Order: sequence, then C-alpha cells, then structure tokens
Amino acid sequence: MKRILVGIKRVVDYNVRIRVKPDGTGVVTDGVKMSINPFDEIALEEALRIKERGGADEVVVATVGPADTQQQLRTALAMGADRALLVQADGVIEPLVAARALLKLVEREQPLLVILGKQAIDDDNGQTAQILAALWNRPQATYASKIEITGETARVTREVDAGLETLDVDLPAVISTDLRLNEPRYVKLPDIMKAKKKPLDTLPLADLGVQARTQLKLVRFEAPPQRQKGIRVKDAAELVDALKKKGLL
Amino acid sequence: MSVQILIVAEHDGTRLNVSTAKCVTCARAVSGAVVTVAVFAADAAAVAAQAAQLAGVDKVLAVDNPANAHALAAVLAPQVAALAGPYALVLGPSTTFGKDLMARVGGLLDAPQVSDIMAIESAVRFRRPIYAGNAILTVEAVDAPKVVGTVRTASFEGAASGGSAAVEKVSLNVTLPTHTRFVSVSAARNDRPDLQTAARVISGGRALGSADGFKILYSLADKVGAAVGASRAAVDAGYAPNEMQVGQTGKIIAPELYMAVGISGAIQHLTGIKDARTIVAINKDGEAPIFEVADFGLVGDLFQVIPEIERLL
Ligand SMILES: Cc1cc2nc3c(=O)[nH]c(=O)nc-3n(C[C@H](O)[C@H](O)[C@H](O)COP(=O)(O)OP(=O)(O)OC[C@H]3O[C@@H](n4cnc5c(N)ncnc54)[C@H](O)[C@@H]3O)c2cc1C
Repeated sequence: MKRILVGIKRVVDYNVRIRVKPDGTGVVTDGVKMSINPFDEIALEEALRIKERGGADEVVVATVGPADTQQQLRTALAMGADRALLVQADGVIEPLVAARALLKLVEREQPLLVILGKQAIDDDNGQTAQILAALWNRPQATYASKIEITGETARVTREVDAGLETLDVDLPAVISTDLRLNEPRYVKLPDIMKAKKKPLDTLPLADLGVQARTQLKLVRFEAPPQRQKGIRVKDAAELVDALKKKGLL
Repeated sequence: MSVQILIVAEHDGTRLNVSTAKCVTCARAVSGAVVTVAVFAADAAAVAAQAAQLAGVDKVLAVDNPANAHALAAVLAPQVAALAGPYALVLGPSTTFGKDLMARVGGLLDAPQVSDIMAIESAVRFRRPIYAGNAILTVEAVDAPKVVGTVRTASFEGAASGGSAAVEKVSLNVTLPTHTRFVSVSAARNDRPDLQTAARVISGGRALGSADGFKILYSLADKVGAAVGASRAAVDAGYAPNEMQVGQTGKIIAPELYMAVGISGAIQHLTGIKDARTIVAINKDGEAPIFEVADFGLVGDLFQVIPEIERLL
C-alpha cells in the first residue's frame, strides 16, 4: 500500500489579531478561532492530489497535540484524507518531541512520503520536518513549491533565498511545503457528513514510548515594540523633500 | 568562563554570505564566547580566508569535500554534528540555508533548537519572535547539554573585518548519504542590490497589476540604487519571482528606507519589515493598515506618484 503521511497542527487562525496576556505567560487563546496550520493544509492538499493522480493509495493525517485537535482532523478527513491519528499530548510540544512521535508513526505506517508544513504560524519554529528526516535517516526537501514523483524518486522544486532550487530525493522522504505549492480545496457539506464515518484513532503520546520532554522553558511573552505613527505627506514633491532631508534619497 | 560556539558559514562556493558575519555578532554577545566558524565546501580555502578576517572569530575550520559543492542539508548535517562535540551552542543564519540545515543538525544531536534568535542574553537564554512577530518570547534552555540556534539576521549588524583567525583544515570520517541530489538552481540574475542587504528597498504589491507594472518600480529603484521586493500577493500572481517576497514566509529585511507601493500592510508582510529604519507607504486607500506603521504616508495612485518621484530626483 502506497501511503502518504501528513502532519497537522492546530493553531490560532491566521486572521486573528494576537494579543499577549498582561501577565506575560502566553497569548490569549480563549474564545479564539482555531484552524489547521495553513502550511499543513497545503501539505494535505498536495497529498490528496498525488493520490488522485494515482501516486498513492492512502492519505493518513496525524497530529501530536491536544484532544481538541479532533476538530481539525475531522476537517482534514472532510478534505479527503482516508483516516486520522491523534497522538494526544497537552501543553507545549517541542519539535524534538513531535518529530519523535511522528517517527513512531512512520515506523508503523511505512509511508512512501511524509508531507509537513514548513512552519507552524504560532511558534514559527520551522523544525519538525528536518528533525524527522534526520531521525529517520531519510532525505528532506523543505520549502517545496513543486513535487513530481517518478518511480522511486521525487523531484522537488524548493523556494530558497536565491530563487528556485531543484533536488532529486529517493523515496521515502520528508517534504515540507511552502505557500505556492498549491491552493487547498474548500470542504463541501456532504464531505463533512462523510468524514464523520472515517476512522479517527486516538492514542496517548506515552503509548508510543515517547517522553514529553521540555528543554526550552518559556520564560516570558511580551508584545513587540510598536512603531511610532508617522506623518502624511500631500504629494510626491513633499515626500521626496522629506526623504532628502533625512538623507535617505 | 568560556563558552564554545560553532557557527556554520553560509556561502556560494566563492563568497561568504553576510549572514555569517551577523551570526558572529550574535555569538559575541555571549560573555566568554570563543567563536569558531566552520566552512563546508568542495574547496573551502577562499571562503575560509574571508571568515578568518571577521573580527571576533577565533578559529576557522575548513572542511573540503566534493560532496559539499552544493549545500544539501542531508549531506552537511552529519558533518556539522561530527564537529559539534566541544561546542555548547551551534549557530547558523535564519536564511533558507540555515533553517533547512540547523534543524536537521539538532535532530542528529538530539539538541533543542531556538529559531530566529533576535537577542541573546546568555548561552542558554534567548529572545525570539513568534506569531509572525506579534509576540516576543524569552526562552531558556534547561536540561540541554547543547543548544542549536538560527540567527535572525535583521536583528544583528555584521561583524566588521580586521580579524586574523587561524584556518585549520579538517577531514571528517563520516559516511555521507547519496539519497539527496542537487539538480539545478534558477537564480534570476540581476544587477540590482541584494534584497537582504540593500540600504534601500522598494516593494510592490498586488496593485502593480502585472509583471509589466513592476517596471516603474525597477526604473525608480535603478535611479536610487535600491533593491526591489514584493508582497506575497504580487509573487503569487506571477508579477515578481519568489525570491523577491518580503514577509513572514519571505525575506526578513532591515533597510534604511523601505517603500511599500500598493501594498495593504497585512501582518505577514509587516513581519518582514519591522526593523526597517524608515517606512514609506504609497497607497490609494487612506485606511490601509500599512499607514499604521509608515513614517511617511502618501495617499495616491501609485501609477502617478512613482513616475513623479522619479522625475523629481
Ligand atoms: C501563512 C501566511 C503567510 C504569509 N506570508 C506572507 C509574506 O511573507 N509576505 C506577504 O507580503 N504576504 C504574506 N501573506 C499574505 C498576506 O496575508 C496578504 O495577503 C498579502 O501581503 C497581500 O498583498 P498586497 O498587500 O500586495 O495585496 P492587497 O492586500 O490586495 O493590497 C493591495 C493594496 O494596493 C492598494 N492599491 C490598489 N491600487 C492602487 C493604486 N493604483 N495605487 C496605490 N495603491 C493601490 C490597495 O488599496 C491595497 O491596499 C501570508 C499569508 C499567510 C496566510
């Protein structure tokens, strides 16, 4: 069975205005809209497209996170994933822990490909795909904007600082997604109904034999410094003048 | 007490990237820092010599290997890990090169990584942006013999030249994988200043309407010696190539002057320009959020304003 494993994280929706708690212990998440991390949604879309082209038989979505992530997994099933795995763990899950848990799932599921988002938009760590690839001792192709699979290899185009880089990686491999890889599909109502019948298995992190270590203590959260509000200029001439005075032009 | 810090150099085979000099400044902020820079290349001599000239570098390790001709994380990571033994902190730049590589190194070393370090309070205590820069987090490594980090380059000045560190050739006995192969890179050649280091940057958004529309920005940029950037919407629409994207998922820059032209100022875009000294916004919508952060705001049609600015210079 050719399988693709997709990692999903539940995060504060990207449209929410983030506020730091006054006591500095975190950001406000009560009553805030939660969603699938946008990069993970792209990962899932890509997996579904590969399956639809006949490149895979099954798409499995997995998360390492709180029980509430069921909602996001149901959305993923509605998008078209075949089944979902919830590795339940509360609190902050450091990338090394998430990657160790995913490695256990990889050992069980033996996927041809693991697709993860390049970063989660909450902690912006951007590490899990690379750590998983290291632990699994397999190739990584991060920041993918194009994936073509031929037989035992994937040709991946990556968005790098210099432009676009193309790599060939032997399968199985870990790929992380950038924004331009695809545009995720919308979920249709009948699919939401169908998704309710798809398998969603929950297992505690400890059952995988992975320890929920904390090696980075979150000492303090602060709001970023605000920029001073500037001035309005009335036309191009006034702007050029002002910039010349500051020695900027 | 001395703190041993290893920095993985970023380069293109011949020239050291300024991101490395910024990592040196970050590392030097740790009291008692002893800074070693490692250069991995097919032939590391030229780049190692440049690294040795950075003030604040104590030693340079040059690792030659034909397999290092292209910076592949899967190939470099085991070599970095093999060198990492004596170091408490292993740093790389928070560029696509460093982000791709360092987390893999962290995985091999079983060491936690601190991403996008914007300030370093000690070898174990750091400040970093999260939520696209909407919060700043102070983290402290506990129970970790070694920490890996990526350095947010916009937060640090590059170390000056004037150093004269010794260069040591190192050969490593590690088996390198062949499962990952470089095919090509399409670096759109351009003779404009580099977006990441330019003193002036002019960026265009969706409002430019086409790749052709961007020409008025290139023309102005060439007149003032500026680099040209773009919003994600402009890149997604194909008006500009991906390497021009500024923001949370593009480049994080800190120019003296940033001009946002026909860009609304979404939070993900603003993340990329927080450290710009002066921000200019040109937008026909006086309510656009970009004006909240602009030092100089001009409400108007960019297709009139930009050519006019060029005429006035
Ligand atoms: C996970 C994630 C990551 C993202 N990362 C990035 C990123 O790295 N960088 C980034 O830029 N975005 C990023 N985005 C997208 C971001 O949210 C915005 O969609 C994007 O920045 C909008 O681009 P824009 O300002 O060009 O377009 P718009 O928001 O459409 O704004 C166009 C502006 O042009 C003005 N305008 C129109 N015509 C004229 C005219 N003739 N003259 C003057 N002004 C005119 C309009 O008033 C408007 O304000 C990300 C989004 C997500 C979800």
